[in-house]
Amino acid sequence: MWIFLATEILFFGGMFTAYIVYRSLHLPAFIQGSHELIVKFGATNTGVLICSSLTMALAIRSAQVGKSKGTIIFWLLLTWLLGAAFIAIKLRYEWYRDYLEGLIPGVSWLAGGTHTPGVKMFMCFYFFMTGLHALHMVVGLGILTVLVIMTARHRFSREYYAPLEISGLYWHFVDIVWIFLFPLLYLIGGRYPGS
Amino acid sequence: MAEHAGQHARDYHQPHIVPVMTYVAVFLALMVFTLLTTWIAYIDLGKWNTVVALIIAVCKMLLVVLFFMHVKYATGLTRIIIIGAFFWLGIMITLTGADEFTRHWEILPQGWTSGMHIARTLF
Amino acid sequence: MSTAIRDLDDAAAEPAVNYLNASYGIKSWLLTFDHKRIGLLYLATITVMFVVGGVAATLMRMHLVEPQGALFEPETYNKMFSTHGIIMVFFFLVPSIPATLGNFLIPLMIGARDVAFPKLNLLSWYIFVTGCAFALYGTISGGVDTGWTFYPPYSSLYAQTHVVAVALGIFIAGFSSILTGLNFIVTIHKMRAPGMTWFRLPLFIWALYATSLIFVLGTPVIAITLFLLALERLLHVGIFDPAVGGDPLLFQHLFWFYSHPAVYIMILPGMGVISELITAFSRKKIFGYSFVAFSSLSIAVISFIVWGHHMFVTGQAIYAGLVFSVLSFLVAIPSAVKVFNWTATLYRGSISYEAPMLYALGFIGLFTIGGLTGLFLASLATDVHLNGTYFIVAHFHYIMVGGAVMAYLGGIHFWWPKISGRLYPDMWARISAAIIFIGFNLTFFPQFMLGYLGMPRRYAVYPAEFQVLNVMSSAGASILGIGYVIPLIYLIWSMRYGPVAGPNPWKAKGLEWTVPSPPPTENFEEIPIVSEDAYEYPAIEEHGYPEAPGVARV
Repeated sequence: MWIFLATEILFFGGMFTAYIVYRSLHLPAFIQGSHELIVKFGATNTGVLICSSLTMALAIRSAQVGKSKGTIIFWLLLTWLLGAAFIAIKLRYEWYRDYLEGLIPGVSWLAGGTHTPGVKMFMCFYFFMTGLHALHMVVGLGILTVLVIMTARHRFSREYYAPLEISGLYWHFVDIVWIFLFPLLYLIGGRYPGS
Repeated sequence: MAEHAGQHARDYHQPHIVPVMTYVAVFLALMVFTLLTTWIAYIDLGKWNTVVALIIAVCKMLLVVLFFMHVKYATGLTRIIIIGAFFWLGIMITLTGADEFTRHWEILPQGWTSGMHIARTLF
Repeated sequence: MSTAIRDLDDAAAEPAVNYLNASYGIKSWLLTFDHKRIGLLYLATITVMFVVGGVAATLMRMHLVEPQGALFEPETYNKMFSTHGIIMVFFFLVPSIPATLGNFLIPLMIGARDVAFPKLNLLSWYIFVTGCAFALYGTISGGVDTGWTFYPPYSSLYAQTHVVAVALGIFIAGFSSILTGLNFIVTIHKMRAPGMTWFRLPLFIWALYATSLIFVLGTPVIAITLFLLALERLLHVGIFDPAVGGDPLLFQHLFWFYSHPAVYIMILPGMGVISELITAFSRKKIFGYSFVAFSSLSIAVISFIVWGHHMFVTGQAIYAGLVFSVLSFLVAIPSAVKVFNWTATLYRGSISYEAPMLYALGFIGLFTIGGLTGLFLASLATDVHLNGTYFIVAHFHYIMVGGAVMAYLGGIHFWWPKISGRLYPDMWARISAAIIFIGFNLTFFPQFMLGYLGMPRRYAVYPAEFQVLNVMSSAGASILGIGYVIPLIYLIWSMRYGPVAGPNPWKAKGLEWTVPSPPPTENFEEIPIVSEDAYEYPAIEEHGYPEAPGVARV
């Protein structure tokens, strides 16, 4: 799984490379675009994902020490709910609002004179990167569902819990991507008065 | 899926069971860092805003990698894979940047010889 | 010419139960976890893709016999060369040796019963077939005309062809590569037999290990690049579009970050095969084992820092051009090390000229020519003249066809007795090797001259003064095509009518030759314990084969 995560680092890395290049070349536009995003939702989502990483780690630990399948399933389900909450917050409070405000390039873009072309570029990055991340979250939710079913069928024990551990690595990786996306997308140029 | 290879790995070292309090401590640290980075964004540090935000993000990543992903207790091979992947990403960013950030450099508008010392010592 | 390597008295009967007949029926093949069967599934698939790509090439060369084009409108010609490039690169060359010979041989060579993740192995084949299906759909429904490089803004904004379908096919096939690479890395790390230390591994394994590193590190980047291109095409807005401040050159950076290492994916396994062939057919230990092993790793590493040499003339900053030029010269060094070591292995060896050896010798010569011409292209000043011309086309075909495809054919011939349990007719094999060599050189050497004289590549028409060379090239292509068809015929023929091979018809060293031909499903009755280094051929006078004149004791 670590080798697979290495490929994911390069996969997201391609977009991060592009982001670094464009941010350096078009900083004012990126700052303007970043200020269209609402920090409290980004920060809340960060918190939600960190909680889900904790619950995932606890789920694996429960298997390691031989707790009952009920305990493992409890933690897995909690992780699942937190992941789903992340996506729900994104969809309902961020993306839906962006859709109404005309901030989604290619789908609903009400480009007034206030939006320089560079802002459109920033919003492209925002949606591509968070969209790809959300796609990975959805896959993660699918994996968690499979794990719950496997646990219910007594597949894991103190000696064998490898799928849980491997899926945990994937889940934590997706969390780490968001840990970087949050400051790089929401906090560009700071949010102090005059920025 | 990875039972076979996983079995091999476990034969080499016993899995280290992390205490619950460690996980909780890491979790609290991560939350504190999140609040910190959000709070700092509202303070004017000029260009340091970005640097501080990235430093905090790297710290958070290290916490997740070392403790939640158990890399603190993992083999050297695992660490090489992780470091290797980031190093390769670094190559991609650096060399792409070598092009993108130097486009505007001017190429010796005056030519090679004007205004420069011609070598006098030939041997 | 010696044919005595095969000791025909040792005609062991074909084993009654082997991996081919252990179970019958199409389901047993489509649901197999046996790495050998999966290797054959890949063999069948990539042969089909090779034929498709080959047909495109044939049509191209037929079109180019006349300066105004003999067959197509320019738009159609554009689709021809794009299809040829895409199919050959992504759906033939990249998987060729790793997925067929690699899958078949790695467990046998390291003394394992299978790869680390057999189910992932089968999944990787299905993913590959899915990718092929999308690419073929795109081709059949009209193809793409962007070239295999898909440069925006043409591919993202203006092309009216099936870019997304084909890009999706490549994206999917990329996952197949990643899974294969992952499988190989874990297998080589974790499943070597007792006593098989890293430095006793056959060099084929080292080459595939290095290739797998490239698979894992490079393929995700082409995936994200094509993904971003597809988004730009579908949403009509994207990050490569100058209208929003984007940079088309960024696409090229991301594209070539994978595609340059990709060309090393295509050649490294071939080099591994050559190491095996040279040692077997000169009955001699490889010269400088660790140099060859480390050169494989160096090539894999350095391949990632040279990609900008594809962009010298597309608007890249000159500073970056300088950096990439210097680094590109570096990458020639490990390749040269290999060529020197192979040559030194041949020196004072007991050489025989079976078909695999003919392919190997052809490889050394043609790869050297292709590699040396790369130096002209790494040098900024000459590249300005040669870029975008047929010089480049000749350069990479010398390496990919004269190199990789010949290594692939050499490997298929060398291990065919192991795979099928039968021998192919050696005379026909040597004849077709010669035909391929002659046809290849006749096709591509004129292209060096065409490029130097200034004929641009990817052009459907050309000035009349280039016609002679173009006709020579097309004539060579038809000879080359015949050379490819003949092995297809006799290899299939041999499966039924060829003489039984026995476990080690070539008397070669290597664990794969210690098991019956074809091997049983579980590979080894008991896992071997390895106690000797690779290529420990006995001193030449011991085995009584006729020696090359002047051979002294080794």
